[in-house]
Amino acid sequence: MPADCVRTSEKNAGASIVDKILKKYSGEKGALIPVLQETQEALGYLSEETLEKIAMATGRTLAQVYGVATFYTQFRLEPIGKHLVRICHGTACHVGGAEDIDAAVCGHLGLPDEGGTTPDMEFTVEKVVCVGACSLAPIMIVDGVAHGRLTPDKARNVIKSYQKSGKDRQVENSVSGKKV
Amino acid sequence: MSAKDRVIVGLATCGIAAGGVEVMEEIKKEIRNRSLDVEVNETGCIGYCFAEVLVEIDKKGMPKVIYGEVKPSDVAALVESHLLNGEILKDKALLIEGRKTPEADFLKKQKRIVLARCGLINPESIDDYISTGGYEALKKVLTSMTPEQVRAEVLASGLRGRGGAGFPTGQKWDFCAKAEGKDKYIVCNADEGDPGAFMDRSVLEGDPHAVIEGMVIGGYAIGATHGYIYCRAEYPLAVRRLRKAIADATSRGFLGENILGSGYSLDIAVKEGAGAFVCGEETALIASIEGRRGMPRPRPPFPAQKGIWGMPTNINNVETFANVPWIIRNGAKKFAKIGTSGSKGTKVFCLTGKVRRGGLAEVEMGTTLREVIFGVGGGIKEGRKFKAVQIGGPSGGCLPESLLDTPVDYDSLPAAGAIMGSGGMVVVDDTTCMVDLARYFLTFTQMESCGKCVPCRLGTKRMLEILTRICKGEGKPDDIDLLGKLALDIKEGSLCQLGGTAPNPVLTTLRYFKDEYLAHILDRRCPAGLCVDLVTFHIDAEKCTGCGVCMKNCPSGAISGERKKPHIIDQDKCIKCRECVRRCRFDAVYTV
Repeated sequence: MPADCVRTSEKNAGASIVDKILKKYSGEKGALIPVLQETQEALGYLSEETLEKIAMATGRTLAQVYGVATFYTQFRLEPIGKHLVRICHGTACHVGGAEDIDAAVCGHLGLPDEGGTTPDMEFTVEKVVCVGACSLAPIMIVDGVAHGRLTPDKARNVIKSYQKSGKDRQVENSVSGKKV
Repeated sequence: MSAKDRVIVGLATCGIAAGGVEVMEEIKKEIRNRSLDVEVNETGCIGYCFAEVLVEIDKKGMPKVIYGEVKPSDVAALVESHLLNGEILKDKALLIEGRKTPEADFLKKQKRIVLARCGLINPESIDDYISTGGYEALKKVLTSMTPEQVRAEVLASGLRGRGGAGFPTGQKWDFCAKAEGKDKYIVCNADEGDPGAFMDRSVLEGDPHAVIEGMVIGGYAIGATHGYIYCRAEYPLAVRRLRKAIADATSRGFLGENILGSGYSLDIAVKEGAGAFVCGEETALIASIEGRRGMPRPRPPFPAQKGIWGMPTNINNVETFANVPWIIRNGAKKFAKIGTSGSKGTKVFCLTGKVRRGGLAEVEMGTTLREVIFGVGGGIKEGRKFKAVQIGGPSGGCLPESLLDTPVDYDSLPAAGAIMGSGGMVVVDDTTCMVDLARYFLTFTQMESCGKCVPCRLGTKRMLEILTRICKGEGKPDDIDLLGKLALDIKEGSLCQLGGTAPNPVLTTLRYFKDEYLAHILDRRCPAGLCVDLVTFHIDAEKCTGCGVCMKNCPSGAISGERKKPHIIDQDKCIKCRECVRRCRFDAVYTV
């Protein structure tokens, strides 16, 4: 199939998912945030077309929906990489050296220290505020799996294990657990 | 509960992140393989977060033992020794019932009301909750008390809001009960956004029914028709357990239509937040529930008069609600006997940072900081020196050693410049730079400022710029005065408490650690050796053994030296990544 056909069929699939979510919440007062949450969960991010569709269906202006989507840190307007790396920057992680973890992970992936997405769309690195597992600080979450009590070395090894297998793999010497 | 031998694994978020699920699977496998008749169960946060994964074994005829730092590879030995041979595996035992171990202090110095069931019951079992006195308070309220009596009882207990502000709960309920409205809402604020705080998560994950029971009692007291639990989306496990608890409570008649045949009805829904710290503020939280940007609005009107969809709304924190069933069951008088004259009951703190035994600490109000940090927490890690304790997150303050005898209550902490806050308590040692810590909190509040009012939006930005330049060694002599002035203006001029408290970390560090600011500004020096622009790294020729480990691991090739001879760092090439500090086994790398 030519590339633009693939894109169109993906778009249609995305549109029907959004329709389903909108139907589930139709008539419910104040359901914009759950609609955006479920849509992002299904599609990975919120594109302009998706926001337009949601605005139309909920009787709000695009500006209002865009306003909500950009107010909350959970929402993303750009596609993300295959693996989502969230480095915790809560207080316990900060005093435990979270900035060194940033430097190690981003340095290894060739990203600036603020994070971002690798050009091959394999990894997206984000800084997040407190995942609430402070006793395992410093901690990062990769695809929903927590890796705690990190050092820069261990953090690099965690990323390497995702590069090698593309799958969740237990990393030696690091506290790793199942998806919470 | 059960006559069988039992194994319980702590499966709150921390436990799972540390590999608790794998440990539990391994235990089940081991028990199956050896055909043992043992019940394996899960529980919420046991509280010894510093030693996750935690496994408790209760074998008949033996004292109960809590094992710490259990890895899947330890399980076979553990099962064989304890369950098969009846011998305690001493290396891994953290706590042995009836015996004095250093770790026993962690629990002994606590008083558990809110956390009474956490780590003991299976949070996903409503029967576990009921068998430990759960929903008895609700029955008592619905069968023998009027709403006025419930409010009077809570008022008499002296319970104050545990979310930070400390407003008397009974009084808050009164306002909402007396407001006019077709519908009334009762809301549980579980938007625990303070970095360094996870007590609400632990309660929601470990004892969700206690929060629901407290909410239904509160709902009855104010005449609420609908309820919401506004929970952070970052707490997926808490959201899942809450949803299950709501469904279970509804099916048993503790929630929903005509609760326990009393004629009172209340439904509760979980709303997931989407990541905005400001939504902990009541009016912002309401805007978020209504599906709008979570921006605060001026008060009055207060939520008790005009809240969700313009209806009277009462909002309490997770821990506040979790106290309510205890108060009803045991009576206001008994509760009021605990604590100090102005602050009743207990407070749950999350003890983290450089403390030896970090975890959940529920202590009686009025306990001193010293008792919490050194008694419960066992002092500072790695034998280092205590420097400060940061209480109350970004809205709180940093207190120095000289104030360690301050009691934790609603009056003493503000007098010292901190606040009770939600209960985050981050301990820092001499390797933490206080200016950097203040900068960290301002980065947070500046990012989380909703942007509605100028003092908060621009004021925090300007403060952050000043702190950043001080950390870079570009501070100006009058920066300290400027910070102090800005701080007061922001406190006074901000619309909500996010801005109103944002300068606290700066004000307290200026008050107690001014010498560190001066060292950065006047001497261009960071006393903690942390601010990279102000330090250079060197190798102590006396201590260096020439092992070559630093040289091999230096990412910029800045270290050179012959084998078995002292190495040196080329300052032009050094990128100050600290890799050599971490790698050196002889403590030979120092900063100037």
